[in-house]
Amino acid sequence: MTLVEVKGVSKRFGGLTAVSDVDLAVNVGEVHCLIGPNGAGKSTLFKLIVGLYPPTQGSILFDTVDITAERPYARVQRGMSIKMQAPSVFKELPVRQNIQIALQERLSGEERLAEEDRLLTLLNLAADSDKLAGALSHGQQQWLEIGMALALKPQLLLLDEPTAGMSPEETFRTGELIKSFNAEGMTVLVVEHDMAFVRQVAQRVTVLHLGKIFARGDLESILQDEKVAEIYLGKTHAH
Amino acid sequence: MFKLLEGPQTLGRGKKFWLCFVAVLAGALSYPLFADSYGVGNFAYFLIWIFMALGLCLMWGYGGMLSFGQTLFFGIAGYGYGVLAINMGGGTATIAALALSVVLAMIAAGILGYFMIWGGINGIFFGIVTLSATLVLAFFLGQTAGPEWHIGPARLNGFNGMKGMDPLTVGDFYVEGSALYYVMVALIVIVYLALRMLVNSGIGNVIVATRENPQRAEMLGYDVRKYQLLTFVIGSGLAGLSGALYTSWGQFITPSSIGLPAAAMPIVWVAFSGRSDLTATLVGSFLLLFGFQTITVYSQQAALVLMGALLLATVMLAPQGFVLGIGKLAAGWWGGRGPSDAGASLTETARLQSKES
Repeated sequence: MTLVEVKGVSKRFGGLTAVSDVDLAVNVGEVHCLIGPNGAGKSTLFKLIVGLYPPTQGSILFDTVDITAERPYARVQRGMSIKMQAPSVFKELPVRQNIQIALQERLSGEERLAEEDRLLTLLNLAADSDKLAGALSHGQQQWLEIGMALALKPQLLLLDEPTAGMSPEETFRTGELIKSFNAEGMTVLVVEHDMAFVRQVAQRVTVLHLGKIFARGDLESILQDEKVAEIYLGKTHAH
Repeated sequence: MFKLLEGPQTLGRGKKFWLCFVAVLAGALSYPLFADSYGVGNFAYFLIWIFMALGLCLMWGYGGMLSFGQTLFFGIAGYGYGVLAINMGGGTATIAALALSVVLAMIAAGILGYFMIWGGINGIFFGIVTLSATLVLAFFLGQTAGPEWHIGPARLNGFNGMKGMDPLTVGDFYVEGSALYYVMVALIVIVYLALRMLVNSGIGNVIVATRENPQRAEMLGYDVRKYQLLTFVIGSGLAGLSGALYTSWGQFITPSSIGLPAAAMPIVWVAFSGRSDLTATLVGSFLLLFGFQTITVYSQQAALVLMGALLLATVMLAPQGFVLGIGKLAAGWWGGRGPSDAGASLTETARLQSKES
């Protein structure tokens, strides 16, 4: 069953076509990675899905409902949750309050407090919960944002380069976290450059190149596709 | 619910703070017992403006929207009170005139705010548009000197201003002097406590989140435009309350109370006081109004120059506000916590609130 369906979507900025006639289906319960070289249109496609950009043409369906014209908050209310490429947290507010703002519509009272504690512990931020979010390291801000996205308990978790700026250990741990959420039934769409991370989490992969779908399939078939290796992975990485 | 009186968004918490609050309130309530009627009238006059300052604090400090339009809504409600009080025949109807004029200002804020916020106007442009609207109203009212400019028996009178309306009246009793002073004190206590509860509530969380990062707030499922509009309407409505009370107090209002010098004053009060805290704004605005009025007796020009100098000093030396800075120091000395320690208080407040709910 398809949770998100992108149908014939294009996005043009003046004379530049960033995304061209893209079809993409993300199935319920999978971890789907969107990869490609710089400038391939990954982040643009991501922003089209979350509603930050309106498409020039095409449509986007979520759970069979056409959401093309909906604003981002309405998409979130349907069950999407997003972590942006650059850390996007409330820097002048304490870490706990960041999580609280994400949780307060779903939980209240003791339940909310318990969930705040659980998420802060899960994200290794319990000791820093009273710090201002802006005082956290880059990697910690990434985790905080992932925590805020998770707090919504979404059907679909969208992660744009979630491990940017993280150490290899932090990256691995993030991958394990994503796998554990997926095991609980959460669908995940990840835009990522780090192939080790993609290998760790991906069940299906879509390769974008010059704004178009270049290849798609399971992880093994993509890794063994020589054309993909040529445009992006480099042959030494592919094997 | 009362636990919301304390929280990460407001300076001051714990027994010491509330004892100070009660002491100041007791002092304010006993002031007319030992002051002369001139002093009480002056204090009532200072208190009139506090609502406008608190409204701007909510919009600018908490919501991140610098509105230059406080005197726009002050004027709408001030003239609205005059027109309604005259047309409704005065007397006890002035109470209804007061309430309706504030509602009128809030409706106007809702309309202007809708077009600005849904139109994507933010940052400095928010200030420019609200200032433009303010100046348009001031110029318009200045050109209403002719007899054709009237609403019922209420003449607008151009630059000479509107007069002839009754003050707030209950039966045959004019709410003036000490009575007006006590009404002001009661209203300020209600508004101040209500705003503390608002900013420490879930809605307040979203308001400050929108100030910090509107895109992230929207990505958490909040339609930030609605929260911005709510903030703008409440903040502007408080300016309206100031306007209606001002007209009632002096039984006149002129376009000069809306124009550019008047529109700049709330910005100076709130910037000097500390825009991100209600208590700092309340205390700082009162002190500035007191100082301004005292100096104005000798030289109005000198008072205006001093206001400008204070604004410059604030920008250069204490961008977060002088009174707020002093308040944080005091909180530190007394072992209390301020917004800088918001995280620690948040944890504690969250636990207290969860126990109560």
